[in-house]
Amino acid sequence: MTEPREEMEFDVVIVGAGPAGLSAAIRLKQISPDLSVLIVEKGAEVGSHVISGAVIDPSGLDALVPDWRERETPIKTAVTDDRFLWLTEKSAFPLPGFIMPPLMSNHGNYIVSLANVCKWLATEAEALGVDIYPGFAGAELLIEDGKVVGVATGDMGIEKSGEPGPNFARGMALKGKYVLLAEGVRGSLTKRAIAEFGLAKESDFQKYGIGFKEIWQVTDANHKPGLVQHTLGWPLQDSVGGGSYIYHLEDNQVAIGFVVHLNYKNPYLSPFDEFQRLKTHPAIKGTFEGAKRLSYGARAISEGGYQSIPQLAFPGGALVGDAAGFVNLPRIKGSHNAVLSGIVTAEHVAAALAAGRSGDTLADLDAALRAGPIGKDLHKVRNVKPLLSRFGTLLGMGLAGFDMWCNTLLGASLFGTLRHGKPDYATLEPAAQHQPIDYPKRDGVLTFDRLSSVFISGTNHEENQPPHLHVADLALQKSSELDIFAGPSTRYCPAGVYEWVDGSYVINAQNCVHCKTCDIKDPNQNIDWVPPEGGGGPNYINM
Amino acid sequence: MKILVPVKRVVDANVKIRVKPDGSGVDTANVKMSMNPFDENALEEALRLREAGTATEVVIVTVGSEKSAETLRAGLAMGADRAIHVKTEAPRIEPLAVAKVLKAVIASEAPDLVILGKQAIDDDNNQTGQMLSALLGWPQATFASKIVIGAGTIDVTREVDGGHETLRLALPALVTADLRLNEPRYASLPNIMKAKKKPLDETSPETLGVDIAPRLTVLKTTEPAGRTAGIIVASAEELAAKLKQAGVL
Repeated sequence: MTEPREEMEFDVVIVGAGPAGLSAAIRLKQISPDLSVLIVEKGAEVGSHVISGAVIDPSGLDALVPDWRERETPIKTAVTDDRFLWLTEKSAFPLPGFIMPPLMSNHGNYIVSLANVCKWLATEAEALGVDIYPGFAGAELLIEDGKVVGVATGDMGIEKSGEPGPNFARGMALKGKYVLLAEGVRGSLTKRAIAEFGLAKESDFQKYGIGFKEIWQVTDANHKPGLVQHTLGWPLQDSVGGGSYIYHLEDNQVAIGFVVHLNYKNPYLSPFDEFQRLKTHPAIKGTFEGAKRLSYGARAISEGGYQSIPQLAFPGGALVGDAAGFVNLPRIKGSHNAVLSGIVTAEHVAAALAAGRSGDTLADLDAALRAGPIGKDLHKVRNVKPLLSRFGTLLGMGLAGFDMWCNTLLGASLFGTLRHGKPDYATLEPAAQHQPIDYPKRDGVLTFDRLSSVFISGTNHEENQPPHLHVADLALQKSSELDIFAGPSTRYCPAGVYEWVDGSYVINAQNCVHCKTCDIKDPNQNIDWVPPEGGGGPNYINM
Repeated sequence: MKILVPVKRVVDANVKIRVKPDGSGVDTANVKMSMNPFDENALEEALRLREAGTATEVVIVTVGSEKSAETLRAGLAMGADRAIHVKTEAPRIEPLAVAKVLKAVIASEAPDLVILGKQAIDDDNNQTGQMLSALLGWPQATFASKIVIGAGTIDVTREVDGGHETLRLALPALVTADLRLNEPRYASLPNIMKAKKKPLDETSPETLGVDIAPRLTVLKTTEPAGRTAGIIVASAEELAAKLKQAGVL
């Protein structure tokens, strides 16, 4: 497609209306009300693609909207009870509080739907004059003379053949003096920017997990608003990192979720089925008796932490929020850092614009971010992920607890800063070295299959468009992904997108919930996730 | 020629509908809402008639809450010239009330043609167009799959059992749109931006002198019963035996 695009110009163009992008926009307008700030969002609405546990640390919001507690917001349920369990197949053992330093406490935090928080932030942003356009995917970075000058939105109405259909609409070129990529973890434009400008040259590679979430409507008897419970251990083997969360929100809603670290080795492992199995644990299933599952979703999360933060500033813009990877893994929280990174980035952009600059590299941004609250939050916990990767969950958590205490009390670690072992795509071992895992049959009441799950995620894509999951080399997919690794994509994909049928690779792209796991975990990095037509993907509600 | 297109804000077609736990209705909190798909077809047809030079102005109108303004903005972004918002926070507005409100709007707007969706996908009533036509005393053609404008007349092809039926109506007339009428366009980013500046007038049922109080009582709302699991049969004989057993054969 080479037809010229219509152009529009703005001071700042932001890709992604999540907590980071919205916070950056709000802060920009707070500092300079006259700036023109545009956000494009691939979801059909703000919040359609936002999925998170979520227990939020309000430190970000306190900095952005200091009087948020006096306003009507979707932040309603304070954490009142915080439990941490170690699971074996039949039993659950509470972990004593002293193992973990105070940074792990959830006192003062809130249980929310992050999607609804984003919807609220969007109304705040719009009231300040930010233009937010959901349903438009940032599809291409516009680079001129070695700097990012804008973003092109995706073409609409391209048919399966790749040819324009009857209601074809060419994408727009949205030019900005600065472009902020706030796409969340493993953003497709972020991936291009990192490659183009060598942003990860100095940092360790990013590490990931896949997170699942279901929202249930539970009976009054089982509803304990404010209760937060985390588990480690069963059903995962000690060598596989991950754990579960259960958060009791308002209105009889309970969010249950599960995270599996994507550096697992056994290609037969199915994160989805591990999650389903978790719900059958005696310490967990009681909560869901007589309950009804309302919603399902999945999304990759970043786990690399401090040592994986790439260079944020590039010529003409910066990475914001989880596009850069600001999740604090042991706290399983990142949205506060997303908000804080939006704020600090906006402050640097506003200062540059006020000085008449544009399109350059925000030189002081990286140092400011590392010296600020985000750097402090992540630096203390920087060895947790490498310790878990090296020593497994039980010993790794013990060492991690000790290390976090050292960092908290002494401001230093005996380990220094550990590096991550291998990138997640390189950790799979050939199927011949492993046994298939026999997962229990789903009962359709407490445990479910992928397709009935995707159904309640509201996922939809315009049918007659080319698949947005690009396999670079199909022959390699067969000779390696299938023949050596026994088709792990059929198991790691939370939406049943990938199937091997009689030796041919079937891609059900319309099921995709935009989690990006395939882009991360494919053993040959042979799958490239690009945004489908804007508005496609899940339509998450209250996620 | 002036065309009026009434539109309705409904739960988006891709959203999995959920009944409120107390059975009082469908849960719409935080749910994605969109323009009723049949109304998009109606609007698209009106826009094509304007682009063909047949129509001179396309006006959209909706009856609903504050948030219904979003649906009108979406219609303006598709290309409507202006919008009228009959604002009411009434939780339930029945088709007859909507038809009466539209009749009052038509009295002042005096369009030559009204095109509406054949039904709304939320309550599936399929009544508003027909009721409005009766209240106006105008000819109507429902379930239109093709519209051709003549001199003071309009030819409407409708899909009926076993084929197509073409009706000729004298203008002013009322048409309800079926999905096959056309493929609605995407609103482009610049058009969405421009739509923010297009005129959107507000009025209310009270101002128009229409009583919209419901005449019906909703007793309860329930989800359809779940389907029971199917079975796989090994042979045609077994299938026939099972069907006989079930009393189907």
